[in-house]
Amino acid sequence: MIEYAWLLLFFPALGGVLNLIFGRRWGKQVTGIVASGAVLLSFLVAVGLFVSLAGLPAEERELERVLWRWIAIERFQVDMGLLIDPLSVFMALVVTGVGFLIHVYSIGYMWEDERYVRYFFYLNFFVLMMLTLVMANNLVQTFIGWEGVGLASYLLIGFWFFKPSASDAGKKAFLVNRIGDAGFIVALIWIFAVSGELRFTTLFEPEHLAPLATSATAIGLLLLLAATGKSAQIPLYVWLPDAMEGPTPVSALIHAATMVTAGVYMVARMSPLYAMSPAAMTWVATVGALTAFFAATIALAQTDLKRILAYSTVSQLGYMFLAVGAGAFTAGIFHLFTHAFFKALLFLGAGSVMHALHGELDIQKMGGLREKLPTTYKTFLVGAAALAGFPLLSGFFSKDEILLGAWERSPLLWLIGIVTAFLTATYAFRAVFVPFWGRPRQRKLYDHAHESPPVMTTPLWILAVGSVLGGLIGLPGLSWIHGWLEPVFEAVSHEAEPGVVAWILMLVSALVALGGIYFAYRVFVVDPSLAARVRRSLGPVDDLVQHRYYVDELYMADVVNPLKALGDWLAVSFDQRGIDGIVNGVGQAATWLGERARRVQTGLVGTYALTLVIGVVLLLIYVILVAQ
Amino acid sequence: MVPTSYYLILSAILFTIGVLGVLVRRNALIIFMSVEMMMNAANLAFVALSRQFGTLDGQVFVFVVMAVAAAEVAIGLAIVMGIIRHRDTVNVDHIRLMRW
Repeated sequence: MIEYAWLLLFFPALGGVLNLIFGRRWGKQVTGIVASGAVLLSFLVAVGLFVSLAGLPAEERELERVLWRWIAIERFQVDMGLLIDPLSVFMALVVTGVGFLIHVYSIGYMWEDERYVRYFFYLNFFVLMMLTLVMANNLVQTFIGWEGVGLASYLLIGFWFFKPSASDAGKKAFLVNRIGDAGFIVALIWIFAVSGELRFTTLFEPEHLAPLATSATAIGLLLLLAATGKSAQIPLYVWLPDAMEGPTPVSALIHAATMVTAGVYMVARMSPLYAMSPAAMTWVATVGALTAFFAATIALAQTDLKRILAYSTVSQLGYMFLAVGAGAFTAGIFHLFTHAFFKALLFLGAGSVMHALHGELDIQKMGGLREKLPTTYKTFLVGAAALAGFPLLSGFFSKDEILLGAWERSPLLWLIGIVTAFLTATYAFRAVFVPFWGRPRQRKLYDHAHESPPVMTTPLWILAVGSVLGGLIGLPGLSWIHGWLEPVFEAVSHEAEPGVVAWILMLVSALVALGGIYFAYRVFVVDPSLAARVRRSLGPVDDLVQHRYYVDELYMADVVNPLKALGDWLAVSFDQRGIDGIVNGVGQAATWLGERARRVQTGLVGTYALTLVIGVVLLLIYVILVAQ
Repeated sequence: MVPTSYYLILSAILFTIGVLGVLVRRNALIIFMSVEMMMNAANLAFVALSRQFGTLDGQVFVFVVMAVAAAEVAIGLAIVMGIIRHRDTVNVDHIRLMRW
């Protein structure tokens, strides 16, 4: 299968192209099947690659297959190639596996949409780009995939472009991302300038890595900037909540399970570089921890179901960064895996609720939905429990491992993490209790609600199973995933053996999760007025959190508007007056010259004759006097 | 023998008078006459130099010049006829259509 690895990228490309050309002709059913089938085939290839790798001894699990040579300019050699190692194959499995389920779900969800075919083209394109990113064997190709998923994200967020809010959100996502991309490019150039290598296999060899030692911190921070853009961390997370304007399956796939994880993947992939700079890693962990806490507080105050999940994603990504920053790379990837399942599940569940309530997302208008939407409720409950870290579910194990890694790095980071975990459990179950329990708050909405069709509920069940059992790959003590990813991270991480401290911390995590759930129960089910009293007691903090700490307003005032003003100024002084001045000036000069020159044409023969004579005389003077 | 330079000076004077006539006079026919005068000045120079060098080339060329002058006058007068029919004047100052 290794020799056919290129099929991994070929299938989504083929699916996309076929649908683009024939989609309208062969109808919605076939389009959906072709698109989903393409991703399924990719998934099977990924499984095949996994099996092939597993068949090799651990030290040999790093294969490269070059597809073609792209750029060859003296020292700068870049080809399109695939790096087939445990990490990339693992990521490919997640992307194609969850991607497939979401494609199937989309068949049902987007059925009524006019641009159904276009949607599936974009989805296939996204999968292609994401796979390019994760399977890349060199940094330039990674960047191509990086940009490509950004493009797909823009197209899909702004899918309903006729809605100004959606097209604005798409632009915001792309522009904010671009800021991070600048960091990526500078880092890439820096790495090449210092070490001359961009291929991962050769870059991470000691002789190429050593020269980067002094610049490792700077490069690490630049890459972190890129990661904050792509993976929605402070300060570049602002696009993700707005991205909820896009279709819900898009939110599930791109903004929960896959694209946003690209930043985490990139840091993990560059782990040998980060290992050389404890300072950069500290930054990564700190940004992650603070973002996790910060976003969790905002999630608690949101009333839009998808926004709750969006901020939750930002928060959970923060956990992943905390993990990799603390040196627990495998824990970060493990959480990436479990999060993909339960977050996609939660988003698809939200989509199911929207489908039932004709697009309503305000949880304050919902209530009692568990009787009307039993399947959606049950799967959503599983997802929320996994998110909250309910003991023995997948999220519990992955989050706990991160917290263990955090504790070993710094108890303060652990503290931030555990407090965030409490908040996470609280907001997660707020999202369960408010819409699904209690009495319906809007009768009409409730009466029209109906469960979603099997094409939508089946992926929910599959993801629910994954959310429950996903933890099995990383059980403390007999963790399969640690063994699998060890060859990739062996140089850098120091996974500790689970000792007494680890078990204590696990117990604390379990208690905190259960505590958060209970707290949510008290506040949102037993005594709803408690919520109002808590908020009043927080005073000005409440207003701050309700308005998402005014970050968007801050950016608008301090970044966007000044740039717009600069643009306006340049448009007038530089473009209108300057450039247009020069261009129009040339025209005016030509006209002026022409006005003067045309007076030569007097129309009088005499004038012309005189001119002739003068010319002859001058010529004669020249000949007689000068040319001797 | 009369020195050749006398003839050449006379030719130059005639030529200059002709040029001035072309530049200054307003009547188209007078301008033609001035042009003829310029050509005759050239003929004189040809003949004088032919005598000086003892070859017949100059004298033969005079015939060519005369033939050209005749042809040119024929065409020129035809143009003048056209102008007269159109504008009823031979004053070149009045014919300035092709101006700015």
